[in-house]
Amino acid sequence: MSGLVVQNLTIDHGAIRAINNVSFTVPQGQLAAIIGANGAGKTTLLRALSGLNNAKSGSATWNGKSILQEKPEDLARSGIMHVSDGKSVIAELTVKENLALAGLWRKDKADVAKATDEAIELFPRLGERLQQSAGSLSGGERQMLAIGRALVARPKLLLLDEPSLGLAPLIIEQIFQTIKTLTAKMNLTVVLVEQNAMGALKIADEGIVLNLGSVVAVDNAQTLLNDPAVRAAYLGF
Amino acid sequence: MNQFITAILTSLSSGAIYALMSLSLVLVWRSTRVVNFAQAGQAVLTTYIGYAVIQKTGSYWIALVVAVISGALIGAIIDRFFMRPIFKRVTSGPIVMIAPVVATLGLLGIIQAIIGFIWGLTNQSIEAPVSNAGLNINGTVVAFSLFNLLVLVIITLVMILLTLLFQKTNIGLALRASAYSPEIAKLSGIKVDAVRTLGWAIAGAASGLAGMLYIPNTYLYPNAMDVLLVFGFIAAVIGGLDSMAGAVAGAMVLGFAINFSTTYISTTLVFPTAFLVLILVLLVKPSGLFAAKKGRSA
Repeated sequence: MSGLVVQNLTIDHGAIRAINNVSFTVPQGQLAAIIGANGAGKTTLLRALSGLNNAKSGSATWNGKSILQEKPEDLARSGIMHVSDGKSVIAELTVKENLALAGLWRKDKADVAKATDEAIELFPRLGERLQQSAGSLSGGERQMLAIGRALVARPKLLLLDEPSLGLAPLIIEQIFQTIKTLTAKMNLTVVLVEQNAMGALKIADEGIVLNLGSVVAVDNAQTLLNDPAVRAAYLGF
Repeated sequence: MNQFITAILTSLSSGAIYALMSLSLVLVWRSTRVVNFAQAGQAVLTTYIGYAVIQKTGSYWIALVVAVISGALIGAIIDRFFMRPIFKRVTSGPIVMIAPVVATLGLLGIIQAIIGFIWGLTNQSIEAPVSNAGLNINGTVVAFSLFNLLVLVIITLVMILLTLLFQKTNIGLALRASAYSPEIAKLSGIKVDAVRTLGWAIAGAASGLAGMLYIPNTYLYPNAMDVLLVFGFIAAVIGGLDSMAGAVAGAMVLGFAINFSTTYISTTLVFPTAFLVLILVLLVKPSGLFAAKKGRSA
């Protein structure tokens, strides 16, 4: 099965069961939104998929290969890029250096340069600030930089953790649209974890609703968006 | 006037040696958050290796190269086979911060015991490759030798090379990224564990060089580098612990303070001056004179 397949995944966070028997599938080229309130286990799930957390049981495969026992740096090199929450940039490095990080280990330096140019083209504000320290950027610019860095690695599977967190509505709209465009243009598979359920479902192909560590609904994103029961119970709008 | 110039020159050359030691400590602290007390042991062990090479070949320069290379190897081995397993096993509780530091203290004792076992506890000496006698300026002999000048030149060159390595190369970028944010570095595909080992290796090489440049002015014995560990650590704290430029600047502040107080007030003031400077800096600017600037939080 091509794409991301998660089966009966269970993850403990200390003494707490953060993810309980979760299964879902994201076919290649699709954008899946995992939504749910704070504490639903979304971040824990994503960190397990990128090798930062250990799973207790269950399986997760990407294009047929298990990804649960791998180190984060090896997963990144195989095309699984995780953009963690908190606007994951290294404040002490310049914008240019942050972008370069994801290309340091790549052999094809010409393509690294090309991918970097493309990322700057996608987010022109980064281009104006290449020599500035990433710490001087605004929240929105940091999110652009974090996504731009991931793109320099030419990812196949993009794991995005709360890209809208703490951003102004106009910027959120722009980031979401960019994610949607990227998915189609670069044939990416995207797992988008979001508290902003409405915004995420609007651009997603499929929606997965997580509550207290369990999957409570999986469906076409549009269907979820229009389902009054789901809206009232889990989406809060 | 001669006294003043001499004080400046000796401040520079002793500050330069403190800087190497302080840089070693900062490199390890940045990459693994460990205060490496074993650095004194590593430095003195590599100097003993240099001493053994001199006994065999008679060449200080071959010994210097061998010492620096073996310093790098010893640093890498300590991280790979000693520190990394400790980090893997100790993952929670207050012991996480303490265990690695205590481990380096234990390592310091073990290294010094091994040295005593192999070479004995008596003082040995390494002869400087150029004259170690005070230079004659306008008919007065000053407390600054040709060897001191050589030390200053070598360390300045090494500092320039290290700066280029860290600021201009991909390896340097990986070293800095892994130090500032191991998680983001890993998620970007950087093999952070290997990069850390490289950091320990560079630190080991720098402290090995410090030993080979410092010992010709004194004697070689198992505890010979302990005092440099103290000065290097004070310099690192003055500089903010995280900053390599800060480590060098802190070492220079210390070098000048110590040499000027011993020249103009009393030769017994070496340690009081060092600790007075440390306490003053901690009182006035606890984060160190060169603490890394944090970005805006929004």
